[in-house]
Amino acid sequence: MHREPEPTPTEPAKAADDPPLKADNGYTLGPVQAGPACCDPQPLIQVENFSLRYGLKTALANVTLDIYRGCITALIGPSGCGKTSFLSSINRLTDLIPGCGITGRICIDGGDIHDPARDVQALRRQIGMVFQKPTPFPLSIYRNIELPLHEHGVKRRADTVAIIEQVLRDVGLWEEVHDRLHSSALSLSGGQQQRLCIARALALNPRILLMDEPCSALDPIASGIVEDLISRLRGRYTIVIVTHNLAQARRIANYAAFFWVRGHAGSLVEFGHCRQIFESPAHELTAAYVNGARG
Amino acid sequence: MAEMVSMKSMRTPRDCFAKLAIYCAALLVCAAFAWILSDIARGGMAHLSLDFVIGSPRDAGRAGGIGSILVSTALVLAIALMAALPLGWTTAALLAEYVSAGSRFGGAVRYSLQVLAAVPSIVFGLFGNAFFSIYLGLGFSILSGGLTLACMLLPILVSTAESGLRAIPDAHRLSAAALGMSRTSTLFRLLLPIAAPSLAAGLLLGIGRAIAETAALLFTSGYVDRTPGSLLDSGRTLAVHIFDLSMNVPGGDAAAYASALVLIAALLLINMVAMRLATDWQRRKIMAENSNGYSNIDAPRA
Repeated sequence: MHREPEPTPTEPAKAADDPPLKADNGYTLGPVQAGPACCDPQPLIQVENFSLRYGLKTALANVTLDIYRGCITALIGPSGCGKTSFLSSINRLTDLIPGCGITGRICIDGGDIHDPARDVQALRRQIGMVFQKPTPFPLSIYRNIELPLHEHGVKRRADTVAIIEQVLRDVGLWEEVHDRLHSSALSLSGGQQQRLCIARALALNPRILLMDEPCSALDPIASGIVEDLISRLRGRYTIVIVTHNLAQARRIANYAAFFWVRGHAGSLVEFGHCRQIFESPAHELTAAYVNGARG
Repeated sequence: MAEMVSMKSMRTPRDCFAKLAIYCAALLVCAAFAWILSDIARGGMAHLSLDFVIGSPRDAGRAGGIGSILVSTALVLAIALMAALPLGWTTAALLAEYVSAGSRFGGAVRYSLQVLAAVPSIVFGLFGNAFFSIYLGLGFSILSGGLTLACMLLPILVSTAESGLRAIPDAHRLSAAALGMSRTSTLFRLLLPIAAPSLAAGLLLGIGRAIAETAALLFTSGYVDRTPGSLLDSGRTLAVHIFDLSMNVPGGDAAAYASALVLIAALLLINMVAMRLATDWQRRKIMAENSNGYSNIDAPRA
């Protein structure tokens, strides 16, 4: 199945590209127009001269870019160029890695996330994350979502049930699992597990979603379903997605950032509109990579 | 080009021999267990009765029953578990979740536990006698016996719980952190329920070791065979009773066999109950209808 390359989101054709969502198929999100931010980009995440090292090894050097509100930003580039490190810096998951140090700033809505006064748990609540391999907890489907909700103060059962139903509908999983919410999440297929993980992240009502190759461990059909889901989330959430699948980046992203390894450290080579990165890259490395000549 | 070859025809004599050897080894293990069990059952069945289980020992244990002994055993075991479980499982949580795998402090704790595990029980007895009985003034009592046993159980409880926690993939910890869950609630709400089978396995190993312990208790809880009036009374546990009957009491063999039979029956019962409790608890925490899919987390085997 071949799809047209991502039209610039200003084109009204985008809406037709998304499968129209009717109320009767249970989705509460409804059709999402291409992010308004793309006509009038407002930076939500501002990264300035950000470098990251593990022990003595620099993984990422001097990254500066803005990530725009409501848009999907794809991080592309070969393995080991620091895309995932960059992604997990945004929710400070890199804090968990011993010996990890940073310089530079990452600001969300103007506030530095590394501010010592910053409540990391509250920060992570605003930023959902989906990993490459589906990582449902080995608990029931219900409990997978209830656990983080409970942690963040949703204790009334009625509220919990309502949120769980809503997010499962949002990811299109409700019809498939509503009669077995209390069976193990590990009994789901890979694609369903990944959608459950997305639902779990959405349950906390985050503003930002970080996705680390969310489709790469899935079969093509499941991958397509998850990809459609991600497209539908555009506009509601600011999404940063790492992908090795260039076609996928073209299909879903508004913006793309190309990373490359320079002198043993990952660095940002080029950032721009998805169409510009793929069709008229400014940098020769980007051109070589997106044309399949390098990487 | 290759014909479909059934697995059977591909077996070489070597494979057959290996298979035979593996089966024989397993059979040998079962045979040893069956032999011990049948020997004890044969020797003890005749003497076993309800009166024996609930009665008090008379004539140095040759006659009467083991009621008071069972009470002492249960008390010593309860004290040991109450002291060792919180300490052991907290230490395991520290080692598995709060210090890095290569940390010096963790290494020191682990090393002391290994040494502790290698100490012969008679040495624990001497230590318990010197420290709990004499230094702390608890005398020959259920309390000093239980606390001495607790020291012996620590290494088992810590190592099983630690390996259970370590077997949980890091992906779960990362996901929990990414969902803004605190370390404490990740531990209590996620990791411990997942590790429940390992905790139960450690608990069972510990109980087994505690019930079977003789040497350490001779010096600490003593061998008065009356029903203890308080935790500061001396009390004789089942294993000590068996030891005394078979070593020091001529004509006590039948009672020793019967007591051993009760001991083994109690162990089997505790095994079943603890396993059931652990699965129930896990199921309640997990709310899963089936326990399939936990195969990636293997409980350490006894």
